[in-house]
Amino acid sequence: MAELTTRGGGRVAVLKPRVFAWVQDYGVYAAVLALLLFNVLFTPHFLDASNFRTQLVQVTPIVIVSLGMALVIGTQGIDLSVGSAMSLAAALVVLYLGYGWLPALVVAVLGGALVGAVGGALVAYINVQPIVATLALLVGVRGLANVLVPQLVEFRNPDLIALGSSSVAGIPVIVLIAAALTLVVMFVVRRTTFGRQVVAIGGNRSASELSGLPVKRVLLIVYVISGLLAALAGVLATARLQASDPTSLGLFIELSAITAVVVGGTPLTGGRIRVLSTVMGALLMQLLAATLIKHNLPQSWTQMVQAVIILAAVYATRERATR
Amino acid sequence: MRRTDLEAVLEAREVSKRFPGVLALDGVSLALRPGEVHALVGENGAGKSTLIKVFTGVYQPDGGELRHQGEPAAFGTPMDAQRAGISTIYQEVNLVPMMSVARNLLLGREPRRFGVIDAAAMNGEAERVLAGYGVETDVRRPLRSLGVGAQQMVALARAVSVDARVVIMDEPTSSLEPREVETLFGVIRRLRDQGIAVMYVSHRLDELYQVCDQVTVLRDGRVAHTGALAGVERLRLISLMLGRDPNEVRSHGLTRFSRDRAGPRQGADSAGSPDGGTSRRSPVVEARGLTRRHVLDGVDVSVRPGEVVGLGGLLGAGRTETAKAIVGALPLDGGQVLVAGAPVRVGSTTAAIRAGVSLLPEDRKAEGIIPTLSVRENIALAALPSLGRAGVVSDAKIDRVVEIFMRRLRIKAASPHQLVSELSGGNQQKVLLARWLAVRPKVLLLDEPTRGIDVGAKAEVQALIDELAEEGLGVLLISSDLEELVEGADRILVLRDGAVAGELSGDDVTEERIMATIAEQSDG
Repeated sequence: MAELTTRGGGRVAVLKPRVFAWVQDYGVYAAVLALLLFNVLFTPHFLDASNFRTQLVQVTPIVIVSLGMALVIGTQGIDLSVGSAMSLAAALVVLYLGYGWLPALVVAVLGGALVGAVGGALVAYINVQPIVATLALLVGVRGLANVLVPQLVEFRNPDLIALGSSSVAGIPVIVLIAAALTLVVMFVVRRTTFGRQVVAIGGNRSASELSGLPVKRVLLIVYVISGLLAALAGVLATARLQASDPTSLGLFIELSAITAVVVGGTPLTGGRIRVLSTVMGALLMQLLAATLIKHNLPQSWTQMVQAVIILAAVYATRERATR
Repeated sequence: MRRTDLEAVLEAREVSKRFPGVLALDGVSLALRPGEVHALVGENGAGKSTLIKVFTGVYQPDGGELRHQGEPAAFGTPMDAQRAGISTIYQEVNLVPMMSVARNLLLGREPRRFGVIDAAAMNGEAERVLAGYGVETDVRRPLRSLGVGAQQMVALARAVSVDARVVIMDEPTSSLEPREVETLFGVIRRLRDQGIAVMYVSHRLDELYQVCDQVTVLRDGRVAHTGALAGVERLRLISLMLGRDPNEVRSHGLTRFSRDRAGPRQGADSAGSPDGGTSRRSPVVEARGLTRRHVLDGVDVSVRPGEVVGLGGLLGAGRTETAKAIVGALPLDGGQVLVAGAPVRVGSTTAAIRAGVSLLPEDRKAEGIIPTLSVRENIALAALPSLGRAGVVSDAKIDRVVEIFMRRLRIKAASPHQLVSELSGGNQQKVLLARWLAVRPKVLLLDEPTRGIDVGAKAEVQALIDELAEEGLGVLLISSDLEELVEGADRILVLRDGAVAGELSGDDVTEERIMATIAEQSDG
């Protein structure tokens, strides 16, 4: 009897870490697949092109912002200023639309990069805690955007409108852009010196310093990238809306982005970045909301289920850390 | 004044404390009597801080018992210990920096009037108390505006005013000016005269002899000696701390350093010079006048190619700080580092590493490994810029380097992709050595390279140091293990209180000479 218990216990002990490791690595993919499958079977018209497109288009800004957020979180940081960077980009893009859509887009993206540079400089060179530095920007930059464009402005630039609404081979351009950016960020994280340094700094900052890594510069650049991506997301969202709305564009998107990163299994303690899983995390939350709504469950249900998923993801990530 | 006949106010009897893998305290007995100043000394890992934490309720002992005024006592929390009259003054003052001096001093006991704090009475009381400690300041200012010494006096005054029977001081003078140290000693003597027991933890031997009556030496979790300090010579105290009793010097030959120290090592390009010539070649790294307040006081170090220079000295003498200063990881008030004759930008590890100087840090976990990354990535980390093109890493190049070093250093891992945090300490240390060798340094600074690793790995690391020096690498070796230092180094600099106390070479490189140099009276 005693022996049997021991044996059984032993098997569980071996099995448990394996199952956990699997859930950690592929859980978010499995969850997305399961939800898709559920919808295909039980939700009428789910796979209709228009419905599916809408889901993707809606989640695109969150995906783009969460790519930058994943990098920042990989350094043990956090960037709360992304929503405000989006709103600044929305303001800048209409202000400079007179020069053509491309110059306006460049100015808007540079504006976002500047927001990131300020946050990054505060974090890297003045040792302000990331949450405080970017909180200040969250508040201040939206104010600035509102000063620049005090109310909703509609525009008629056909090129910018096309950017937001046209498709290539049936896939919306903005979705293609998000997919391309995902690939670029994956490449940066996995294959470039910079990407490896980002992860190392998040894993152990003092060891990275002693190893001669340009820690401050890398941190600065990470926040610049985050601001830049957020601004790009802001321009794309503005193009889709066909109006610039700095007052409400990107409100609370930092929370959605952090959620995507966390649900994707990137630990908030840094040192590990899961890019594709982050995108899956964003998709999961979007699909979940859509599914529940289609099945006539109120919004409040969605929120509660999302909370459960966040906690489950954090629990799984924590297990890995102690493994 | 003899007080050994008095009953101990706080006593540890055969106290043991175990942590996973380590027996931190192994049957330690120590009695603190009223009116004595009791020195507690020991090197790293001796168990001093564990013992302090047992006395102050932070840890519960696993074995033995704690007695308080003759009664068995159990301090479940630090609060319990404080209530029993045991106060601790840490190196870093643990008060509230933003609050006023007076609030800090009287925190929790503020004089009240109609239920609110009576500020005038509080400030008056604070001024009166602090004047007794030689601190004259505006007590309404925030604590952090005071100097470190004055802050410590506030902490001390607070400790004593809460009816402390025992005051434990952990390295209280580490950031004090000489004048402040004098004031502190005055206060300690007054505490003694008031019948308070003081436990004084310090590495500064001069101070111990000035202010302490009793001494307990801890080594490897055991009491190596306890008794009156007056009868213990410096040299004996040092040998007790280092575990090298001059009367029982063990036979040598346990380390794996192979070569004969008397003759200089045959450097890589020694063919042209018949006498080997490390002594003739110009230094590959030369540090001049490294200075940092309270830490380093004008240290000069130079290492020639193919030479192993040892840094000796007690804990806190400035060995680690010297190494960090050379590699640019410690901000300096003064001094300069030259590599191959050219000055290196001070305070930049990137510049130092590019110039060819690398540091294997003492604290593997905190400053060495990146726990979330694989063995492979940990090895490649410092060399990354050279292992790719245009910022894109080359997997082929990394694989080659990783394979070479995993084989050469015999790193035992399931695969290069295993997480480094899953390896044993010895293998982690080898991974870090590989990280540095991959950048092809001219000088390697090794801070306690064999601490906390198993015997086999230790021998391998020692043999490797030898081998690298043979190949012409300059090595600065820091070790608390005297045997390792003596057998590994060609030349030894002994540090004391942040300055070079002596240089030993040739036949003077012995454990006895190192201890004697440490023990020499420092002027001051």
